[in-house]
Amino acid sequence: MNSPTRPSDRSECSGEAPASRRPSRLLLPALVWLGLCLVLPLFLMLAISFASRGTYGGVVWTLTLANYANVVDPLYVRIFARSVGLATLTTLLCLALGFPIAYYIARLPPRLQGIWLLLVMIPFWTNFLVRTYAWIFILRAEGLLNTVLAGLGLIGSPVDVLYSETAIVIGLVYGYLPFMILPLYAAVERLPVALVEAAWDLYASRWAVFWRVIVPLTKPGLVAGAILVFIPSVGAFITPDLMGGARTMMIGNLIQHEFLVARDWPFGSAIGLVLMASVLLGVVTYLRAEGPGARPAAGG
Amino acid sequence: MNLSKHQLPWKVVQGLLLSAAVVLVVYQQWPGDGPTTGTSDKPGGRPPTTLHYFTWSDYTDKELIRAFEREAGVKVVVDTFGSNEELLAKLQSGAGGYDVVVPSDFMVAIMAKQDLLAELDLSLIPNVRFVFERLQHLPFDPDNRYSIPYLWGTVGIGYDSAVVPVPPDSWEVLWDPRYRRKISMLNDQREVFGVALRTLGHSGNATDPAVIDRAKAKLVRQKDLVKTYTSENYQQLLAYGDVVLAHGWGGTVARAMAERPSIRYVIPKEGATIWADCLVVLKTSSHKDLAMRFINHLLDRDVAARTTERLLFATSNREARALVQAKYRDNPAIYPPDSVLDRLEWTIDVGEAARLYDRAWTEVKLQ
Repeated sequence: MNSPTRPSDRSECSGEAPASRRPSRLLLPALVWLGLCLVLPLFLMLAISFASRGTYGGVVWTLTLANYANVVDPLYVRIFARSVGLATLTTLLCLALGFPIAYYIARLPPRLQGIWLLLVMIPFWTNFLVRTYAWIFILRAEGLLNTVLAGLGLIGSPVDVLYSETAIVIGLVYGYLPFMILPLYAAVERLPVALVEAAWDLYASRWAVFWRVIVPLTKPGLVAGAILVFIPSVGAFITPDLMGGARTMMIGNLIQHEFLVARDWPFGSAIGLVLMASVLLGVVTYLRAEGPGARPAAGG
Repeated sequence: MNLSKHQLPWKVVQGLLLSAAVVLVVYQQWPGDGPTTGTSDKPGGRPPTTLHYFTWSDYTDKELIRAFEREAGVKVVVDTFGSNEELLAKLQSGAGGYDVVVPSDFMVAIMAKQDLLAELDLSLIPNVRFVFERLQHLPFDPDNRYSIPYLWGTVGIGYDSAVVPVPPDSWEVLWDPRYRRKISMLNDQREVFGVALRTLGHSGNATDPAVIDRAKAKLVRQKDLVKTYTSENYQQLLAYGDVVLAHGWGGTVARAMAERPSIRYVIPKEGATIWADCLVVLKTSSHKDLAMRFINHLLDRDVAARTTERLLFATSNREARALVQAKYRDNPAIYPPDSVLDRLEWTIDVGEAARLYDRAWTEVKLQ
C-alpha cells in the first residue's frame, strides 16, 4: 500500500530539483550582467525614444511618436537602404572568401588546423582602429597597393580606392571575415567525408556535390556566419568614417550624428531600436525559412 | 515541488539588486567622482590633491601639466574629447568628476545656459589681464564670468604651394575641378556650411532656411571634388600630399608645414571663422580654488609661450607672443595677421536652426 506513494516521494529527493536549480544558479552572474548592461539600457532607450529633444540635447519628457514617424522619412530610409546594401555585399564577399578558407582548414591534419585557426584569429589581438589605419596606409595614393601595382607596371596612375564605398566594403570584409570563417570551419569539420565521397561515387558533378551535398550539410555554419557578419556590418560606423572618408553615412553614422552632433537622443534611440527590431525580424524570418530548424529537403 | 521554479525569479531579482548595490557603492567610492558623493567644498572632505582636466585630444602635453603638478604639489589627471558635441554629451550623460574643461566659444554659451559652469573668481586668476584685447568682452561671455579664452585661431585653407602655384584668395578654390579628390573638408557641419554660406555672401551663422538650402546645393556640387571630410587626419593628408587643399584649423596646418615646408595657410577674402577654446570650471568641481589656480598657471606668460611652441596654437596671453620663436610668431596659421581680423566671425549657437543644418548636412553626405 505504501508503494504507490513512493515514486512521488522519491522524485522529490531524487536530486531532480537541485539539479534543475544548480544550472540556473550558474547563470546568475551572466543574467545580472545582461540585465544591468543590456536589458536596462534597452528599456531606457525605449523610454527615451518616445520623449522629445531638448534644445541643447538631453531629453524632455513630453511623450510623442514623432521620432518613429521621422524614421520613415525618405532621407533616412535611403540611409537604411544603403547600409543594408553594403552589409549584404560584405556578407556575400565574406561567404565567397570564407568558404574556401574554412573548407581548406577543415581538411588539414589537426595539428595544422590549429595553426591556421590561430592565424585567422591573430588580427583580433590588435585594436580594430589600428588595423583600420593600416588599411589607410595600404590604400593611400602613395600607399603599398599603388606602389606594388606601379612597380609591376600594371597601372600608369595611382588607383584612387581610399575614401570610397569600395574602401568601406574592403574594410568591412577584412574586419568581419574571421566571423564567417570560424562557424563555417566548425560546420565543414563536422561534414562527413563519406557523404561527399558517396556523391562522387554516384557520379554527381562537382556542381551537384557542392550545392546538393556540401552546402545543405554546412548550412548551420553558413547561416551563423552570415548573421555574424551582416549584423555588425549594417551598424558599422568607424569604417565608413575612416575608410569611406566620412563621404557617406551608414546607419551607424546617422545614430552617432543624432546623439553627438544633432543632440537628438530621442530620435537616435528610435533609429537604434528600429534598426535592432528590423535586424531581429529579418534574422528570425530567415532562420524560420532557411535555418537549421527547417528541413533541408523541403527546399529541394 | 514547484517551489524551486517560483523561487528562481525572486533569486534573480535579489541577485540583480545586490549587484546594483555593489555597482553603486563602487561608483560612489570611485576616485574622481567627488561631485556625486556630495563632499564638494567641504573643508573636512578629501584633501584636494587630484585635479581632473578634460581637454581636446591634441591639447595634451605632459610637460606642461607636470610643471603645475610640481609647483602645486597635486596630481592632474587628463582626459580628452574630440569635439564640443562629445564634451557636452559626456557632461550631460552624467560623466562627473571633471574640474577644468576646455569648451569652444559657442559651447561656453550653451554650457552656461545649461547651468554647468561655476563662476570664476578672477582674483585667483590674475593672468586674465594679459589676454589679448580682441579676445576680451567676447559676445558669449563679455565679463569672463564663466570662461577665459585659452587657445585661439582661425579656420582657413592649408594648401601645398608646390601644386597650387597661385596663392588662393577665395574659398571658391575648393570648388576648382583641377583639384578633384585632392581636397579635404572638416567633418564639422557648421564649419563646412560656413564656407559655402560665405561664398554666397552670407554670414556663417545664417538661420534662413532658403539660404541654408542654397549653401547645401553648393556643397552637393562640391562633393565629387572632396576626397574626405575629416577633422582629424588632414595634417597627415597634407604632409603626405594626399590632398593639396585642406579646409582646417590654422594650428593643425602649421603642424603640416613642419613636415612639408611647401604648405601654406590662407584666410580667404570672404571671411572665416575665428574661434577660442576657453578654460572653464565646472559647477560640480570639488576643487574650485585649485581649478582656478590651474587656469592661472595655463595662462602664465612663460607657460603660454611654451604651449604655443609645442601645440602650434596661439595662446590668449598677448605678452607670450613676444616670447614665441619668430617662425611661429609670424606664422599666419598660428597668429592671424591684423589685416584679416575684421573679416573674422565667431560661430554662434543658432538654437533650433541647428535642425536645418543637421538635415542639410545629412543630405550632403547622402549624395
